[in-house]
Amino acid sequence: MAKFDEKAKPFSKQWLDDRLAITTVMKVLNIEYWIPKNINFLWAMGMILAATFGMLVISGIFLLMYYVPTVEGAFDSVNYTIMTEVGYGWLWRHIHGVGASLVFLIIYIHLFTGIYYGSYKRGREMIWLSGMLLFVLFSAEAFSGYMLPWGQMSYWAGMVITNLFAGGSLEATGFVEWIRGDYVPAQAFLGRFFMLHVLLLPLVIIGGIGFHFATLRLPHVNNQDGEEIDFEASAKLWKEGKKKESQVIPFHPVFLSKDVFIMGIYFILFFYLVFYNFEFAMDPVNFDPADGLKTPAHIYPEWYFLWSYEILRPFPTDLGLIAFGIAQVIFLALPFLDRSPNVAPASRRGLFKFWFWALLLDVLVLTFMGKLPPQGIWNTIGFIAAVMFFVLWVALPFITKLEKKIEE
Amino acid sequence: MNKELQIFAVVAFFTGLLYWGVEPFAHHEMHKKVDAKGEEIHIESHGFTYDGTTEAKALEVAVSDLEFKLSTEENATLKSSLEEKLVKAKAQQTKKANFWKEVVETAQLKGNVAQGETEFTSNCTGCHNGMGMNMGGVIPPNLDHAGSLYDKKYLVALLKDPAMASNVDHKYSDTSTHPMGSIKGALNSQQIVDIVAYLKAKKGAEPTAKQAFMEACVRCHAMRYDKVTQLGDTPKTKENIKTGHDIEAMKYAQKVAEEQAMLADYLGKLPPDLSMIIRARSEHFMETFIEDPQTQLAGTSMPRVGLSEAGYEKVHEYLSDIGDPSKPAREIVAPWVIGFFLIFTLLAYFWKKFHWRDLH
Repeated sequence: MAKFDEKAKPFSKQWLDDRLAITTVMKVLNIEYWIPKNINFLWAMGMILAATFGMLVISGIFLLMYYVPTVEGAFDSVNYTIMTEVGYGWLWRHIHGVGASLVFLIIYIHLFTGIYYGSYKRGREMIWLSGMLLFVLFSAEAFSGYMLPWGQMSYWAGMVITNLFAGGSLEATGFVEWIRGDYVPAQAFLGRFFMLHVLLLPLVIIGGIGFHFATLRLPHVNNQDGEEIDFEASAKLWKEGKKKESQVIPFHPVFLSKDVFIMGIYFILFFYLVFYNFEFAMDPVNFDPADGLKTPAHIYPEWYFLWSYEILRPFPTDLGLIAFGIAQVIFLALPFLDRSPNVAPASRRGLFKFWFWALLLDVLVLTFMGKLPPQGIWNTIGFIAAVMFFVLWVALPFITKLEKKIEE
Repeated sequence: MNKELQIFAVVAFFTGLLYWGVEPFAHHEMHKKVDAKGEEIHIESHGFTYDGTTEAKALEVAVSDLEFKLSTEENATLKSSLEEKLVKAKAQQTKKANFWKEVVETAQLKGNVAQGETEFTSNCTGCHNGMGMNMGGVIPPNLDHAGSLYDKKYLVALLKDPAMASNVDHKYSDTSTHPMGSIKGALNSQQIVDIVAYLKAKKGAEPTAKQAFMEACVRCHAMRYDKVTQLGDTPKTKENIKTGHDIEAMKYAQKVAEEQAMLADYLGKLPPDLSMIIRARSEHFMETFIEDPQTQLAGTSMPRVGLSEAGYEKVHEYLSDIGDPSKPAREIVAPWVIGFFLIFTLLAYFWKKFHWRDLH
């Protein structure tokens, strides 16, 4: 037992410090957690994601009180009980639906910000990897949640995606049945995805968020010029009151004050969508109850999965599955495929500048094509965009190797 | 600050582009209807008036599609089958055109309300008696508000030939086998306009939203979120407290099941419950589909019911009340929540200003 003050009153600051080191914890995580001063509003996306996840958890808890995870009861519990009988049930449902869509919008902004400013390399690899892990977890959470209203799109998207596990020519239909617990999506399937959505995946996500924060603490956050900052020297200047000379600010309250302001703007938009423009987040097809005898004319995933869906679609089955598999993990390899010594915004990095915008446009084109019927010109554009996606990733090590070191 | 706004403009631009691509653009492309040449067919509503325009347009497309296919088809067997179809389509075109020409002419005659009442009693009330008895597959609708619910020309057409008026004649080789087919040819033009004049004058009161649905839709479509079945409102019953069973409810459930079986046999499938239809279909689809189901779902067994614009609005109101009941609450709560975040953001802005005042 370390030394502690026997006279300290229970729960006084001294008493807590002796037991929990709260002063040290506050310093390490808040008032002496140094953030570069040279940042823009894109640096607030992390906190916005945390807040949106919070909204999803809270609204999810309320929805969970009335949701019925049975194939007979699910659709009506969502569309009737929650929307009609439960006071403000509609509000929680709309928050949950809009939040699920927006969380992906912000994830993509966050991800492309990281790519643009080179925030994934030279000591920040683990930040990138833990972030991509969270992306995978959120994808699984979103997909399992989409099954729960048991509408037409839930059922048929569940059918299509679980069919992928047959592995094309491997014809592993037994494996598909094992996942579903039945020949088709039915009660066992719904029960399993319900469990995943409300228990296992949220637990793992919370762990993942903790891990992502932890990976940030030592390498520190990047800044908008990719400058290498001497955090200790700058922190010393700050503590001496030389705020202008110091290149850093403390997380609390200076960085947070900006985050909260940006969060306020975000929530105005968020609730505008919740009240007035929520239809984009709730597909009309899913308001028809699941019917195994009636395939919808168009089956497509939610918008945030469209780009990877379009990488699957334009190729023959086996090749498509392999391409799809690679597309799911290729972003993880980014820190190792980028061979340039520079941490700098893409605009100052020669060919990488073009690579960045080409990737962004390619992902957008794939997203557009992923929702359209795979016919005629759309199919051709989708195929070219899917091939481009791989060309870009193959080209990355070569073009970054050519990059000259930027002299300070 | 200027740089922040520039970055924001870039993010907003790509977000807007993304939204456009996956919502308006994708939905337009997905629901687009094209003819054989690949040209887009626009389906429009005609303000819930009925004069054969939608049929004429559909047949025009069908004929030009067949002609186009014939011009490119080389296989002799397929060619002769296309030719056969073309002859049929052209005959159908003439038949429909003549029918609606007669309807429009008849509708111009002046009807006599008193005479119409007599005709109504002797020709209609035998079936349209509000007894809820299935006749030939379906329960004849209650006509209490028929004058305001349905369009005048449609009513005229219906009394001439029900299958032609409701645009389901493709289901019958002889349209007098339609459940209401016995009326075909039974009335002369004057009798028809007399009955329509009577309906417009004496059954023309404005229905409530629910009455509109109960008269125009309920014989086929249930609305379970309002406890409405094909037989109407579900009666209130009580369970036997000693056994926990509600025998009256069971009997009613059996009656509903029997009615549904007859409907499904008549129509080919059980028509969908409409509780959530207002969220499941777009406004444009609803309008054009209800005006003429064949335009959106060619070959469907759903008849055109002939709602007038006012009638459609009433039915739509009921579908919204049941399928989207939170609309009024949303409008009340929204300004408070958004107002809260406006004030929140303003205060946060001052907080940020305070901490960043001496950093640069």
